[in-house]
Amino acid sequence: MNFVTDTDNSIKKRWTKRHLLGLEYLSADEITMILDQAAEFKRLAEQGETKLGLLRGTVVANLFFEPSTRTRTSFGLAAKRLSADTVEFSAAGSSLVKGETFIDTARNIEAMGVDQVVVRHSTPGAPHLLAQNLNTSVLNAGDGTHEHPTQALLDIFTIREHRGTLQGLTVALVGDISHSRVARSNIWGLTKLGARVIVCGPATLIPQHVEKLGVEVATNLDKILPELDCINLLRIQFERQRSGLFPSIAEYAHLFGMNGERLKTAKDDVMILAPGPINRGVEITPDVADGGHSVILDQVTNGLLIRMACLYLLNPKNSP
Amino acid sequence: MTSTRIRGGRVIDPSQGIDTVADLVLQDGKVVSIGTSSAAADIEIDATDMIVCPGLIDMHVSLREPGFEEDETIATGAAAALAGGITSVACMPDTQPVVDNRAAAEFIILQAGRAGLANVFPLGAVTKDCNGEELAEIGQLVEAGVVAFSDATRPLANAEIMRRALEYCGMFNRPIFNHPAVPELVHGGVMHEDYVSTELGLRGMPAAAEDISVGRDIALAKVTGGRVHLQTISSLGSIDQIRRAKAAGLRVTAEISPHNFTLMDERLRTFNSNYKVDPPLRTADHLAACIEGLQDGTIDAICSDHQPYAPEKKSRELNLVPFGVSGLETLLPISIASLIEPGHLDWPQLIGKLTNGPANILGIPKGTLATGAEADVTIIDPQVEWTIDATQFRSRGHNTPFDGWKVRGRARTVLVAGVVVYEV
Ligand SMILES: [Zn+2]
Repeated sequence: MNFVTDTDNSIKKRWTKRHLLGLEYLSADEITMILDQAAEFKRLAEQGETKLGLLRGTVVANLFFEPSTRTRTSFGLAAKRLSADTVEFSAAGSSLVKGETFIDTARNIEAMGVDQVVVRHSTPGAPHLLAQNLNTSVLNAGDGTHEHPTQALLDIFTIREHRGTLQGLTVALVGDISHSRVARSNIWGLTKLGARVIVCGPATLIPQHVEKLGVEVATNLDKILPELDCINLLRIQFERQRSGLFPSIAEYAHLFGMNGERLKTAKDDVMILAPGPINRGVEITPDVADGGHSVILDQVTNGLLIRMACLYLLNPKNSP
Repeated sequence: MTSTRIRGGRVIDPSQGIDTVADLVLQDGKVVSIGTSSAAADIEIDATDMIVCPGLIDMHVSLREPGFEEDETIATGAAAALAGGITSVACMPDTQPVVDNRAAAEFIILQAGRAGLANVFPLGAVTKDCNGEELAEIGQLVEAGVVAFSDATRPLANAEIMRRALEYCGMFNRPIFNHPAVPELVHGGVMHEDYVSTELGLRGMPAAAEDISVGRDIALAKVTGGRVHLQTISSLGSIDQIRRAKAAGLRVTAEISPHNFTLMDERLRTFNSNYKVDPPLRTADHLAACIEGLQDGTIDAICSDHQPYAPEKKSRELNLVPFGVSGLETLLPISIASLIEPGHLDWPQLIGKLTNGPANILGIPKGTLATGAEADVTIIDPQVEWTIDATQFRSRGHNTPFDGWKVRGRARTVLVAGVVVYEV
């Protein structure tokens, strides 16, 4: 095992934010700092430096009030790679069920000497509530249908890695825009870094006035397909749907699913992203998911690096 | 015989078109005269530079007793009313049990008598258990002392029930109060549906839900000849429709709460649960329409829509907290801040919305300083500057979006039936 305690500190020195509540609240420069830090971690990993001592002696609490295996594992692993201790908390079987409030629970965990809190919650604004009530740094790991900043950062990182820049690229977010925190964070991040963003999906899944966020709206995927450099296929969250938002899964797949046939009309170098877990055969067919345009597995790898970067930059201890 | 003279104040009584500097003389709990009086009185109150007006009436209040005493009781709510300059409140029937029968209404009246503070006028439920399905015992509720009917925060969703309720209440010349909203359109909503709700990912409640419901009630007022009172309206579309209904001579009235003409949906960016109200805080165009509706008389009354909650119920995640504001103690200062200070209304207009406006809708002999009327009087210091502090509320609900606001003007002295019951 190779402990590196002295990575390049220049980014951490410039970082000033205490919380990561969403990409809405970050500047283009701050977003770039996170991407650059993640790139630095990738460089170190490629040199074999997979275990870093940067957060040794600090405690990261993973508060997951909503189940999520992927994001939780990714955050847990990221903390371990930085040598932080982790505390795991899930709502199931907790005192929350006994009527303790969300804030009480978090305060109790903070009182155990936690430096950073990673929170996933089904209510928009729950991380903001914690940031207002706790002294530790709060990292939003997804708040309801509001934001999921690290997911968007890893999407953006993956695109930047392949294309060098976001400037001038046309990116489509396809699917359920209304109920997607991934869409909101992507919109903030992509537009701030100079990409053109089109949101595309059934009209019933596109929220009111979304164009004021600086995006274009399309309801016909085939029409916009030839213009796209990147396509991010959002998962249809069947559990989040109110009934009757679209007629059937088959119709959705017919109109908005990415399949080999459709892919033929896209640019030769089009990138296919999907913030998993995907419904194979609905948003995307297996040939596309596993094909040459797909960067889905890169996204998973990069997710770890992005979360390491966020934990490192936001951790109040071990400041240079 | 006890006599009281309130000397040298600006007496404003919109019920009689009075706005003049004068003495107000009370005797044995009744108003005797407005003018200059030299006869000595037992009690002298100096009201120089003050506004003297009929006791304020808040026609939309939840007192939570019986059933939810952790949020408020009739006594704490009545004390909060007096601290806000309010001498009479009309309270909603959505207690536990619901005020859908004679005994429940009599209980409210009895408890209010025991508290001996503000006057309390109970509203009865339109339907049993406020479930929107079967009419409550409206006739017996009227006999028990109920002044009007409402299912409180539950919109009367079934148009047929609304129609029958209007016809039935017509026998007693009582109005039906309805919270206008189409339930299917607002279901699960937390805030106004617009750009901000999209950005925050919070489920929205479209203004159309209110507009459609108001349109339906106006149509039913027309077909039944009944009296429809639209509670806490907030949308441009409803105000337009109410204006036209009034011009057409229909018996339609409307009220509004201060937070709906003061605050915008932008406030939810803080995710502070005190901004979660129903109807929701809307956008600038709706606010402008609300002000216009108040100016031209489309909106008859200003009410607090007092919805007090114990602190633990409001300090939760946004989708779990109940809607509402503890409003009794901020009704007057926020109305002054949002309507008088920017010059939208003058004092007689504002006092009218808080006295004879609601009294006429409720059909109660209040809100006037006419000779022989019960001497409920509020003396307002229009200049005093102070800071709203929720921890000082008499109400058990400290849920206010106005905590920390620096305001000007408040009730200095309050009399009910000629007796001073509150003084700063
Ligand atoms: Zn936001």
